Amino acid sequence: MKFALFIGCNIPARVSQYESSARAVLEKLHVGLVDITEFNCCGYPVRNIDHDAFVLSSARNLALAARQGLDIICLCKCCYGSLKKAAFLLKEDPLLRDKINGQLVREGLTYEKDVEIRHFLSVLYHDVGVNTIKEKVQRPFSDLKIAAHYGCHALRPSKIVQFDDPVNPTIFEKLVEATGAKSVEWPLRLDCCGAPLLGINDSLSMDLTEKKLNSGKQAGAAYLCTACPYCQMQFDTVQKMISRSRGTNHEIPSIVYSQLLGLSMGIEENLLGLGMNQVRP
Amino acid sequence: MFFSISLYIALLVFGLGLIYKVSNWFRYSIGTDAAEIPTSKRVSAAIKGIISTLFSANLFTLIKVFILDVVVQQKILRQNKMRWLMHMCIYLAFMLLLLMHALEQYVSANLFSDYYSTVNPFMFLRDLFGAIVIVGIAIAIFRRFIQKLPRLKTNSMDHYAIIIIALIMVSGILLEGAKIISHGEFQSMVEEYGDLDDEEEIAALESFWVAEFGVVSPNVKGPFDEEILDQGRETHEATCADCHSNPKWAFTGYAAGKVLSPMALGLDKVGGADILRYIHFLACFIGLAYLPFSKMFHIITSPLSLMVNAVMAKGGSEPANIATRQVMELDACTHCCTCSLYCSAGAFYSHFSNDNILPSEKMASVKALISGRDLSDKEIKEIQEGVYICTNCKRCTVACPVGINLQDLWFSVRESLLTKGRPELFTLTPLSFYRGFRKEDLDSAKYLEPLNKARQAIVGSHDLKKKRDEVLSVSGADKGFKDGLNLSDQANTFSVCFGCETCTSVCPVVANYDNPVEVLDLLPHQVMHSCALGMKELAIGSNMLWDCLTCYRCQEQCPQGVCITDVFYELKNEAVRVAIGKGI
Repeated sequence: MKFALFIGCNIPARVSQYESSARAVLEKLHVGLVDITEFNCCGYPVRNIDHDAFVLSSARNLALAARQGLDIICLCKCCYGSLKKAAFLLKEDPLLRDKINGQLVREGLTYEKDVEIRHFLSVLYHDVGVNTIKEKVQRPFSDLKIAAHYGCHALRPSKIVQFDDPVNPTIFEKLVEATGAKSVEWPLRLDCCGAPLLGINDSLSMDLTEKKLNSGKQAGAAYLCTACPYCQMQFDTVQKMISRSRGTNHEIPSIVYSQLLGLSMGIEENLLGLGMNQVRP
Repeated sequence: MFFSISLYIALLVFGLGLIYKVSNWFRYSIGTDAAEIPTSKRVSAAIKGIISTLFSANLFTLIKVFILDVVVQQKILRQNKMRWLMHMCIYLAFMLLLLMHALEQYVSANLFSDYYSTVNPFMFLRDLFGAIVIVGIAIAIFRRFIQKLPRLKTNSMDHYAIIIIALIMVSGILLEGAKIISHGEFQSMVEEYGDLDDEEEIAALESFWVAEFGVVSPNVKGPFDEEILDQGRETHEATCADCHSNPKWAFTGYAAGKVLSPMALGLDKVGGADILRYIHFLACFIGLAYLPFSKMFHIITSPLSLMVNAVMAKGGSEPANIATRQVMELDACTHCCTCSLYCSAGAFYSHFSNDNILPSEKMASVKALISGRDLSDKEIKEIQEGVYICTNCKRCTVACPVGINLQDLWFSVRESLLTKGRPELFTLTPLSFYRGFRKEDLDSAKYLEPLNKARQAIVGSHDLKKKRDEVLSVSGADKGFKDGLNLSDQANTFSVCFGCETCTSVCPVVANYDNPVEVLDLLPHQVMHSCALGMKELAIGSNMLWDCLTCYRCQEQCPQGVCITDVFYELKNEAVRVAIGKGI
């Protein structure tokens, strides 16, 4: 099992604990990773302004992976959603594909053969399997309560992303439970973290984040658990900003799933980058 | 006389240039915060910083960085072996030539008591170093002009750098070649060092040099008698060999001499060697004088940038020193374009055809910007957009072989441009996440200004939605608009909307407000309805579009399969087109 690792833009600059822990976990689970240094932005950030710029940026990544005959594994859910959407459009719309290929060919690239795009969680659930994960868990948690946060762009639009049942998804909870932790039922588990509007409309963004934090807390969770750098930054660093600017104190830490799994697998803590998480229990 | 005068002039220009450039580091500033720190404070902070660094454990960091990053250049080695080879060839061999050959009376003569430029190993080494530089230049020309990587831009400064080094090298080699074959040179050497009176003996020596060492003589011509050559060899060994190795060891000059030899006598007549000497020296002096103003200034600034950045930990440094460092970094850039090759926004560059999206090109524009050069509105707009179309992934900073903290540089430039008055529509995209994330580092009074300006530019110009209590006429409906919304998947799905308002009722943004219409102008189902009616101005003019999270809940739950979020995306694109059409 081998994938081209797509780490996107936020992880190397701000959430490197996700990368290091995911690499450590995947290595133990015998999932091979190939780094393609030419990968660029998935295109998500410019979609508001220019559809074709978004597709071109995504398509360049798909073409790079296709050239090596590799499928892509994403850690970020916004990258995942964007690459999925672009791949869908390129498959469905030959005119668009020709137009994009006309631009890619200047770099000697072309996108013809389909590339499969997977998210970290779906590789763990479908390819590795919960049972294999359970076998590798050396130090299962016993009383830890976790609120698993799905992240919008992995779940919806389901027709395109095909991640899990969009109304009643279960794979994240099952993966959390594989570590021995209990996943709690919480009303806002499928809601947005608020990150897409940070920097555009901060007060709206923070309102939504606060609702999520409260919902998780009230459900009795000790941690929110994420598998996307945007969600993690929003629940972690931005939670601290919210406390400072609004004087509210939610005090619910957030952990990336690869960190949680890594802990239960007995992976060294400094590889998991726990010290980088801002909100401490 | 001529040489010493031109050398002193070159040194003077170099010195003044250096002072001017260094003073710029303290006078210019990037970003609004830096502008408020007076020059005097920046100078004293720099002196304090340097002294405290030199007397701390950081000294070891400096030494380590100097060896690994400045001398060995391990970062370039890891990134691209050919580039590393190119740069090593040019810079190491050039440095050795500078020390051994150009400064021979100060360096070589003092280090080696038996130093003679015409004696091995020095004669051979000089040519070897020269040849190595030539190999480096050849690789540089290959990379820039033949290989033509898509984002490797070549500007006039890059041309200048290649030309000046090539000129110094080629003129030096030709000069050597011209001297090797010159009969006049041979004669003056005989007169000066030979101490020979016997005509026959001189003729034999000359024959020997013509036969063995490529001198072209008007007096003697081969083939020569073995006897004469033996006599010549004898004289050569007795009088010349001690101070002159076999010129064949000067292999580049010897080869050049072979090429020049058909013209040797003519060259001698017009003083060819002298002309080449003038060219060689002048090229060196021009290179020296112009160094502070050219790309070659990186010889000084790049090591400085590497070492300064290594000891200035993020956040822990004096703001005055950060301000100075950021200006200095602009001079440290060698325009190697490594940042652009790694840039995550690189694909946007190919789409938006704005050179300023590439970090290597932004550097030059930022330089022009802060030096107060008169830039047109269009140029400033392109710089602003280029600086904003950045995903803040830090790859440029990590990749930069001279350690420039590009990401921080963009952050400072971005803020000062945004507050200058032109609306930046890209602020209404997730590219703003990083700005929001670092909000606490920004002036809170000015933080919202660019966002409001962009919102106003794009939403504020639509009047239709202000007539909320009036009955709108559909006679202004735009049929073309309705048909134009056709991006593949969502093609016209809004036409099947039956107004159940599921989209609006599941929208977390709508749910966040007591009176959502007040804030958002139109609710999701109303936007869809406007599209169905062909009411373009209404559909593209609402705040709802820009406050949409793109969480896709509406689209997922629509019983009619309307691709609401995707239609929103398309409407946003259209609103941007309209705003740009209006000249924003």
